Amino acid sequence: MNKFGFTLSVPRVIDYDKNDRSVADLIAAKEPTFRLCIECGTCAATCTAGNFTDFSLREINVLLRRGENEAAAEKINRCMLCGKCILVCPRGVNTRNVLFIARETLSKTNGHERL
Amino acid sequence: MNSMVDVLVIGGGVAGMEAAGQLARSGYSVILAEKEPLTGGHLKNWYHLFPDRRDGNEVGEYLDNLVKNKNIEIRNNTCITGITGRKGKFTATASDGQVVEAEAVIVATGFDLFDSRRKEEYGYGIYPNVITSADLEKMFRNGSVKLADGGVPARIGFIHCVGSRDEKVGNLYCSKLCCITAVKQAMEVHEKISGVKTFCFYMDMRMGGAYYEEIYREAQEKYGVSFIRGKVSEVSQGYNGRLVIKAEDTLAGRPLRMELDMVVLMAGMEMSDAGEILAGKSSLRRGENRFFSTADNHTASNRSNMKGVFYAGTCTAPMNITESISHARAAVTEVVSYLREKKQRDE
Amino acid sequence: MNEPDKKRIWSEYQKEIADDHYFYVRSCIRQSFFPGSEQFFLHLIRDILGKDIYENPSHTTCTGIGYHTDIVPFQTIMTVVARHFALMKESGYKNIAISCVTSFGIYTEIIETWKHFPEELEKTREYLLKATGREFDIPENMAHTSDIVYKFRNEIASKAKFRLVNKKTGEPLKVVEHIGCHYSKMFPKYGVGGAEFPKVLSGMIEAWGGEVIDYPERRHCCGFGFRQYIVQANRGYSLSNSVKKFESMKPFKPDFIITNCPGCNMFMDKWQYTIREMEGRTYGENGLSIPVLTYEEVAGLVLGMNPWELGLQYHMVQPEPLLDKMGVEYSKSDKFITKDGKPLPAPEKLINV
Repeated sequence: MNKFGFTLSVPRVIDYDKNDRSVADLIAAKEPTFRLCIECGTCAATCTAGNFTDFSLREINVLLRRGENEAAAEKINRCMLCGKCILVCPRGVNTRNVLFIARETLSKTNGHERL
Repeated sequence: MNSMVDVLVIGGGVAGMEAAGQLARSGYSVILAEKEPLTGGHLKNWYHLFPDRRDGNEVGEYLDNLVKNKNIEIRNNTCITGITGRKGKFTATASDGQVVEAEAVIVATGFDLFDSRRKEEYGYGIYPNVITSADLEKMFRNGSVKLADGGVPARIGFIHCVGSRDEKVGNLYCSKLCCITAVKQAMEVHEKISGVKTFCFYMDMRMGGAYYEEIYREAQEKYGVSFIRGKVSEVSQGYNGRLVIKAEDTLAGRPLRMELDMVVLMAGMEMSDAGEILAGKSSLRRGENRFFSTADNHTASNRSNMKGVFYAGTCTAPMNITESISHARAAVTEVVSYLREKKQRDE
Repeated sequence: MNEPDKKRIWSEYQKEIADDHYFYVRSCIRQSFFPGSEQFFLHLIRDILGKDIYENPSHTTCTGIGYHTDIVPFQTIMTVVARHFALMKESGYKNIAISCVTSFGIYTEIIETWKHFPEELEKTREYLLKATGREFDIPENMAHTSDIVYKFRNEIASKAKFRLVNKKTGEPLKVVEHIGCHYSKMFPKYGVGGAEFPKVLSGMIEAWGGEVIDYPERRHCCGFGFRQYIVQANRGYSLSNSVKKFESMKPFKPDFIITNCPGCNMFMDKWQYTIREMEGRTYGENGLSIPVLTYEEVAGLVLGMNPWELGLQYHMVQPEPLLDKMGVEYSKSDKFITKDGKPLPAPEKLINV
């Protein structure tokens, strides 16, 4: 409430204990290579969408693993599914499938179709 | 007790035992001085070794057998505090007054683990469930990983670089083995506690050894160890008694807060106290990292600034067991050449 | 917590605190926000402990708030501080006793600057001489006044009329200690106990019978931050930091908060009113708020002083619940009258009453 000309700031901290990591767990179960990501950023470097929009698959991986699902859901539809990221990933992550499952799961958990 | 031998080896850890054993095999007489009641050094405290996770005792047994040699006299409880002399004859004195005379000396005083209490913000010694990597090895040896109250931890965090790469404690260098130790320990925790969650908080993952990166991958793939890039800034205790850590998840670009049952501090390696004492009572030079400085980084990493005094192992820099053994063997090669040349000159 | 190791940390940060003959420098804001604190400190040092303490009427603000809000340049504040040192020299004192943590931080920062950059010291000498004709010496001993109360905590305990104990249950009172950031975070060596586990306030609490709470956000800044507060639109940021602390300490059910910094005390006190008005949230037991006291006020209560003479009624969060727990007697009718019976202005919207 803004009673005195200012309001409380929204905490930026990732509160790991309060977050829901079930989406990440589900992705890891369906696409085990998801676990192998070391956040090197090769996928994001080569990404068509990332060159023009605020989209980084590396960042989305981190957000999902920490249970920051809202933040991930907001960005995830910018991917054009070209698949270049699979070619460059040094850890053999099936990046396209990770993104696919994430989209599917997030659209369900958010209660409306996002695809 | 006054005695004259070919070589005095100072320090009965991995490097010292290997050096003494190899010299004895070549027929040289050796005194192996160890400050503790038993030889074996830090290796005695390690459970499984990376990368293959074999039992540390196997390597210990190899070394024990190696030094069972009539040419080696092991002097336990003997802390050499000074070396004097020049090429040809060195006199070493021990804290209990013993004097050893030798034609050549190998310094293998090793390392000490960083005293984690110096990182006050982590509360080691204050919060009972903040432990060190060495404490965890002891728990593995004793067969179970337990909290101070006897409970089973559900979440364990590993903090890398405790006492390494940290200007605040005066150690700018990387201890090199803590990353791989954390990965190994995280995996072992999973084998001992089913369903446990583990988190490694790292600044950089430094997997620079044979099969290290493969273990890192295995830890992710098979055990689901979480790696969070960001150094923990402080540990405290919540109302429920669980530890609370603060870090930045640097890859998300946001601060992160998490409750943990146990925090393991990956203590780095420092020049040993024994090495410090010896350096103080001899003219041996040390580097900016306080370890002994070698005559040449590339081509003479076993030679000191005193002709006839050589180095083996972690008294010169952090090393793993493989490297310590290799470095000790290299020191033996140097000593053998030195003694042969000396003999030729004397004749 | 493991006491022996905490003691070990504390023993590594033992600063020398002068025993007598203090040159006292006041805070700008403490005299208006908690008017009894400095007055009681002088009474404690002079009359109860029998020491010599002197204040020079020509002493001014250190300009610390101006410095931290980018209004006063560093050279200027160095010269102002040098003038204080000159007043000390002229008065024949060598031990400075600083009432404010902001000032204490300024003094330590300046003295460290002079150590590392002697040319800055020489320039400051020149500026002061040109501007005022005065010369100065660097103090032989520099203490925050909480250091001095810490030093005499056991003498105070031996003269105590009340202990920090719940009279009904016999349990020690649970106390949150909050150290001002500029007391030891910039230079841990200048603070008793260092920066991670400071001893200065917790030592008092333990000596006087209370129990210190170690809660997760103990080391977090109160959020004051000078420029963040000065601009009204930014105050939510300042408030949010205090709220983060309140949320973290709430489950521990603290009986009161003790502080050694004017800013922290003011904000931890007044923000409890603000958040209650804005969001309806309170952090004490039974919908009450947590009293926030200065170390002088706590020492005064322990020594049996009248709470209204200590000025406790001028905090936003009123102290009565704490006084009741300690068994301190107080008169409701005397709360807002002067010693000679004249009415004092009573603040509006006090909480905990």
